Amino acid sequence: MTGQSPLTVQTAPGQAPPGHAAPTQASALVGHPMTMYLLRRFGYILISLFVLVTISFLLVQLIPGDPARASAGEAAPPEAVEARRVELGLNKPLIIQYLAFWRGLFSGDLGDSISLRIPVIDVITGRAPATLELAFIAVAIALVVAVCLGLMFGALTRSGKRHGTEIGFTSVTAVVAVIPEFLAGIILVYLFAVSFDLLPVAGRTGPASYVLPVIALAIGPTAALTRIVRAESLTVLRQDYIRTARSKRMSSIRLYGKHVLPNLLTSTLTISGLLLGGMIAGTVLVESIFAWPGLGGVIVDSIQGKDYPLIQAIVIFYGLVVLLINLVVDIALILLDPRTTLDAA
Amino acid sequence: MTTSRRLIASLRTPLGMLALLACAALLFLVVLGPVIWGTSAAATDTSKIATGASPEHPFGTDGSGRDILLRTLVAARLSVTMALAATAVGVSVGIVVGLLPFILGGRFGQWIVAGINIGVAFPGLLLAISFSVILGQSGLAATLAIAIAMVPSYGRLTHNLGASVWGRDFISAAHVLGVPVWKTVLRHVLPNVRDPLIVNAAVTSGNALVSFAGLSFLGLGIQVPHYDWGRMLSEGMSRIFVNPAAALVPGIAIILAGLTFVLLGEVLGAALGTGTRGSVIAKFRRRQKAREAVLESPASSTLSLSEDAVYSVRNLRVSASGHHGEPNDLVKGVSFDIGRGEIVGIVGESGSGKSLTLMSLAGLIESPLYVSADSAHFDGQDLTIRADGHPARLDRHFGEKLAMVFQDPMASLNPALHVGGQVAETGLLHLGLSRAQARDRAIERLEDVRIPDARRRYGQYPHEFSGGMRQRAMIAAGLMGSPSLILADEPTTALDVTVQAEILTLLRQINADVGTSIVFVSHDIAVVTSLCTRVLVMYRGHLVENISAEALRAGHAEHPYTRALLATVPTMSTPRDVPLPSIPDGTDFLAEADQQEPSDAECAPGPEVSSTTNSVSGTPAASAPIFEEESR
Repeated sequence: MTGQSPLTVQTAPGQAPPGHAAPTQASALVGHPMTMYLLRRFGYILISLFVLVTISFLLVQLIPGDPARASAGEAAPPEAVEARRVELGLNKPLIIQYLAFWRGLFSGDLGDSISLRIPVIDVITGRAPATLELAFIAVAIALVVAVCLGLMFGALTRSGKRHGTEIGFTSVTAVVAVIPEFLAGIILVYLFAVSFDLLPVAGRTGPASYVLPVIALAIGPTAALTRIVRAESLTVLRQDYIRTARSKRMSSIRLYGKHVLPNLLTSTLTISGLLLGGMIAGTVLVESIFAWPGLGGVIVDSIQGKDYPLIQAIVIFYGLVVLLINLVVDIALILLDPRTTLDAA
Repeated sequence: MTTSRRLIASLRTPLGMLALLACAALLFLVVLGPVIWGTSAAATDTSKIATGASPEHPFGTDGSGRDILLRTLVAARLSVTMALAATAVGVSVGIVVGLLPFILGGRFGQWIVAGINIGVAFPGLLLAISFSVILGQSGLAATLAIAIAMVPSYGRLTHNLGASVWGRDFISAAHVLGVPVWKTVLRHVLPNVRDPLIVNAAVTSGNALVSFAGLSFLGLGIQVPHYDWGRMLSEGMSRIFVNPAAALVPGIAIILAGLTFVLLGEVLGAALGTGTRGSVIAKFRRRQKAREAVLESPASSTLSLSEDAVYSVRNLRVSASGHHGEPNDLVKGVSFDIGRGEIVGIVGESGSGKSLTLMSLAGLIESPLYVSADSAHFDGQDLTIRADGHPARLDRHFGEKLAMVFQDPMASLNPALHVGGQVAETGLLHLGLSRAQARDRAIERLEDVRIPDARRRYGQYPHEFSGGMRQRAMIAAGLMGSPSLILADEPTTALDVTVQAEILTLLRQINADVGTSIVFVSHDIAVVTSLCTRVLVMYRGHLVENISAEALRAGHAEHPYTRALLATVPTMSTPRDVPLPSIPDGTDFLAEADQQEPSDAECAPGPEVSSTTNSVSGTPAASAPIFEEESR
């Protein structure tokens, strides 16, 4: 097929016909939008951080009435209230307090917890690992299980096949997705501790103690995510490039693993960012059910005990984890599908 | 009108009934629950503190000896009204916040959008917990906290929906007429985004109910002596080893109430036409209509196959299940041969079955469509499916000998994979090449189809290719093996005229150099007559004409539809002062052909006559369905 060609039209990049100018232009500038995208993404993180820190600072300022009195208790003598005011730094001008707050964040000196009487930073560093472990194991399991199940049911029920399976799938996942993590936790405690004494239901002892909290946290979001993945895989399976792949006649493992999965993951990850963030918040409830030694138990106590320095630090901690998850999702998207960056640019 | 009719229609499905029933039950509990059971739920039975099930207390009692079931029923009012109140506040504020950027516009509007985007990143429960720091711990504070936490996501939803309407013509018209922006937003934007907002409000209420229970469960919501389901849950949790029902009964209440709101959302979504993806209601409706397709046994008239043809089919049918269960034939028994080295065009209007014919040749028809034929051969292989199914060697045969080019090159390459890998894939799959060999051959093939700088292009993604280059890459992928047939489904329709010419030249060149046969489907009879050696004309699922391109150009078409089709092609000498001819609407060319002299009937089968295009005669072959796509 080589040799003299009657082709006269050049289609080097940049000279494509007007109808296809967009992708060609993008390819010529491929480095540029990528940098722009990363810069913008980084700027977004910085602004979010700033907002997060400012809001957690303002949490105390916005408490109706006198926060120092609220913290010390209604019946406290005036001297105790003044002492608490100094302890909380509320006697200084607002702007000084705000700057001190930032300085504290960078130096790791977030003040002392009022109820626990130890530095806030020690509470965070001591308890954060347990929360992070729980959250990340549950997020990973939810993603993997949802993608596998969703793809499987998508493949089974594509183009209107197997109505029975489809209706069974949609009903079961709809019910499971409604079950909140604290209910799932209670049901699991009932099943595994009250009915059969199979798994530990409190504390963080060995690998077995992770099973129930992780399931409780992951099961609802997994069901919701599985529904999304199935819907997405049905969309992907309708695409022309899947027909192309099928015309090449390959094993179904290769078809689904190589040709469907990458396209599925991009759309799924884009949608699932919020769901995964919700799981981080869910740890608070799950930890309180399973007596998990993370930050979730502390946050409720500190709110009820009006331990403001600790609350501020915990709010920033959870916010950071959520931002981190969003960042990881975005980076995964860039790696999976280079178009994402270009579309956003 | 139509909306209320659709609402009634979706309420008449089983799920609709269930939703109606569940909502009625919930409403009953909320309004009358405390009135009926209020006093008996508060009654303490000191003889039965934290006991299990008994005749007086079917689910046992709590720590103060109060009946769990009655308390759960009474708690419905507080749990549901608090959730609805939070939703009402959150949704209203969210809608205002979402619409404000349109009204304010400019920099301030952008700031609001940015604020919404940052707020959305943080999960609602976390926001609610944070706000309960400020608001304190009470039912009202929790309601407000949940409402505030709802604002960013609802604001974003409103803003996204509004943005999709904002660019439309009637908005621009309102601008031109000088309507104030806030009026435009209220009168034109809001009504157009109303339906999805209502549907989402139902779903949001369910979430609010669960979040509220969560806050109460943590001790940040309803405080004693009042109680809601979340509060009961946390009280029951502490005694789960004594009486599990104390925790499970309010838990089940939360699930049922949550499902009620989800169902309500589904029904509203179906009624308002904003059905969420994979709406269950929509499926029920489709299910009622669709019936199992009954595959008609193929007609008996058959002809023996031509020996030297690359592809030959007899009585090929593609059927779909009709509305009332009877199979609806889309391709009604066509027979033809593709000779070696031929370029055969299939023309016809949209819906004539030409693309379906091509897809069934490639074995790419999937259920709910079914393919059958009396016989089919491709390059020496019998394609009839036996009881043991689809032999693996056929996959290999198709992979090596058949190449395909599709209509839209923008969509037919996988956007997430390198172009080169997709070109090389056939080599790995069917030709037994190593990764490196496949790569080298793919680069060679890319050069053959004149992709400049093929080695670099190999590692690029489809979005870095122009439309014409993608189509050539598709052709290159087909050339990895030694194809004896290229099936091209309108390969130039989506391309510019100059690029079209390139692709046609390339196809012609492959045909001339290697002798690969080509089937070229197009609705453009002008392109087909210039490229092809033979033309098949399809009309309403029938093959009405099988004629050499030369005879066609010479005006020897016999079927009236072919002649009508030819007459629509403008030439340089077409008079400019008369309208261009078109295919007359409502003409049944099949009936017209039947009325003409018998010589036409040979090429124009009526419903009873099988298409006998190649006048070869012989004994009927065994009728069996061919290559129904196996379910992978």
